[in-house]
Amino acid sequence: MTWLVIPLVAVFAVLAYLAGRGVAQRRAAALHGGQKAHSRPEQHGYYAMIWVAVPALVVTILAGVFSGPLAHNLLAADAPASVQALEPFRREAFFNDARLTGEGQRAFQVWSGELGEALTTEAARSARLHQTLTWGGVLAAILAAVMGGLFAWSQIRPTLRARNRVEGWIGGLLFACSAVAILTTVGIVFSLLWDSLRFFQAVPVTEFLFGTQWSPQIAIRADQVGSSGAFGAVPLFAGTFLIMIIAMIVAAPVGLFSAIYLSEYASALSRGIVKPVLEILAGVPTVVYGFFAALTVGPAFREFFNGLGAMLVGGPLDGMGQYLMLVQNQMALVAGAVMGIMLIPFVSSLSDDIINAVPQSLRDGSYAMGATKSETVKRVLLPAALPGIAGALLLAMSRAIGETMIVTMAAGLAANLTLNPLDTVTTVTVQIVTLLTGDQEFDSPKTLAAFGLGLTLFLVTLLLNIVAQRIVQTYREQYD
Amino acid sequence: MKLPFFRSPDGREGGGSADPTERRDESVLTPAPEAAGVMAGRVPEVKSPSAPAGPTKIAARDVSVFYGDKQALYDVSLDIPDKTVTAFIGPSGCGKSTFLRTMNRMNDTIQGCRVTGKILMDGQDINARSVDPVLLRAQVGMVFQKPNPFPKTIYENVAYGPRIHGLTTSKAELDGIVESSLKKAGLWDEVADRLHSPGTGLSGGQQQRLVIARAIAVNPEVILMDEPCSALDPIATARIEELIDELRERYCIVIVTHSMAQAARVSQRTAFFHMGRLVEHGNTEEIFTNPRERRTLDYITGRFG
Repeated sequence: MTWLVIPLVAVFAVLAYLAGRGVAQRRAAALHGGQKAHSRPEQHGYYAMIWVAVPALVVTILAGVFSGPLAHNLLAADAPASVQALEPFRREAFFNDARLTGEGQRAFQVWSGELGEALTTEAARSARLHQTLTWGGVLAAILAAVMGGLFAWSQIRPTLRARNRVEGWIGGLLFACSAVAILTTVGIVFSLLWDSLRFFQAVPVTEFLFGTQWSPQIAIRADQVGSSGAFGAVPLFAGTFLIMIIAMIVAAPVGLFSAIYLSEYASALSRGIVKPVLEILAGVPTVVYGFFAALTVGPAFREFFNGLGAMLVGGPLDGMGQYLMLVQNQMALVAGAVMGIMLIPFVSSLSDDIINAVPQSLRDGSYAMGATKSETVKRVLLPAALPGIAGALLLAMSRAIGETMIVTMAAGLAANLTLNPLDTVTTVTVQIVTLLTGDQEFDSPKTLAAFGLGLTLFLVTLLLNIVAQRIVQTYREQYD
Repeated sequence: MKLPFFRSPDGREGGGSADPTERRDESVLTPAPEAAGVMAGRVPEVKSPSAPAGPTKIAARDVSVFYGDKQALYDVSLDIPDKTVTAFIGPSGCGKSTFLRTMNRMNDTIQGCRVTGKILMDGQDINARSVDPVLLRAQVGMVFQKPNPFPKTIYENVAYGPRIHGLTTSKAELDGIVESSLKKAGLWDEVADRLHSPGTGLSGGQQQRLVIARAIAVNPEVILMDEPCSALDPIATARIEELIDELRERYCIVIVTHSMAQAARVSQRTAFFHMGRLVEHGNTEEIFTNPRERRTLDYITGRFG
């Protein structure tokens, strides 16, 4: 109901624009010779429009946010004694049901006896109250629009700097939009910090950062045996970096070379085909890569290594053969390789942009010296683009570290501290997922560990991103 | 009047022979005193050093250039003498830079660009299948409008060409080439003590001379210059012009310029392009003092448009 105000405000705003423009035109026409209005009539129109629309919208939003709680408080303030006597939780349920009944919906619970009667009266009161508040909100919005309009009308005169005022409002609006993203990020950081602090009260920071045992089982009952829990994050970060490095070994050369192909070698036709295909690859959801890794690549790798192991068994490399025969689907190599494939389009499109940003004059200079394409790429373009490419690779690394779905499906859960790519490892993100899915209690270190991990991960990727941005920026300054 | 080194655009003079050296009469190549006298009769004053000095280096015959469906250059025929500065003038978009770029096949690097007609360098068709554009460009150096030193050190910029063409076998030899190229480009005294600092740190005029040093390091025969001074201030421009005049002793130089004064100062031969066609060409003094075509006169006197 309240939201009906919005089209109304829109109509008002258009009228205000027309009126403001008209008034400004008339007042400007009344000027004596030689004088000129500061702003154009349209800008006066926008000025009036803003003064009508903004107060009305602010009032509407405030009404929307506060009318519910206000109605609730008013209802609760003079509710019958029988309701007041209810314990807080039940009382909330009662008022909720009263509101629903008042709106003509079904109540959640059956309230009998005295409470049943109270519910009927309270429902009626609730309905009246909500109606009053709604209409009050609408009226307040209209009033705000009218007041704003009158104010604008009183302000419009040839000397009004409407152009600058309107620019100011637009700047404010754009700032508000960007502030939303920033404030959200700040909020996320603070919630992470808060819960991490609680975690680090239970588990010392040093143990978390330097411990080599990860087994986040904690006794739920005091008398439980054998679950003391260990929160050493080193194996997780080791697994994360192992997989990241494997991914970069795949993604960095392939992505970079395809970028060079696209920007320097490809004809318009093949560029027109290859680039969109790469972009499609970039759009594949990571969960799809995840089951590609788990169901296709994993078994294929396992069979390959098992087969290799079978051939080696009994020979001089018997021990290695024995090991290879036991290799499982879930290994760091599979997760890393598939993640690398996921990162190829990311690396290649970033590097493509960077290589294209190298001025054409440098290419011309090199070709005019009689250099071939590959000489030009190797001796001029890559050195010139290197800082930017390094930045792109760092960004890709931070994506690899933060990537969750592929590793959840393909890397496994065992927190092994190893550099063997054929072993099962687990990553920070996988552990966060494991810790926070399913039932959990939010005051045990087991659950809170997720926030500790999250914060550390956030800091690592933040650092990588800052370094990457720095590098890219310095590079950009060179040519602009 | 017959011009010794240039054919008229329609190619009526000189017959159909494609070999530019064949139809040259040595007595015409180096203008005899009488010839100069004839010229002096028509042109107010001829400065002695500006007379063309060498035989034809590059001969263009009916060269047309297309960018996709759009034709940018129409049947240009022109002989360019060696050891001479030839200036191309004309309004923007008239095809002079396009024509310049056909001479080292830089147009090959532009997609959809097609060149027809013949361009002979020392009598050899540079567009022939057997000619490798990479080797051709080592012979025909090019300097661009904006100084474009590579983001490397001064030394590495100059050593770039000798390195990729494998011209040297030892470090000392390479050092020698770098030094002599920088000296020829008149930059040595300014950079001798900072050869290993970045070339991009030099001033615009120094960068342009660095680029010229880079071009002459591979010992080319022709140097093409595409508005080499348009991004420079008058002082740097004067230095480059002096340098061009010095380089004329060793190289065949072709320069595209928007500055009529520059064309008059540095060149001995001038060709005027308009709307993709070669309108007129001849000795610089003649073009500037007594052009045959109305359009040339209008352009050089600034009445164009």
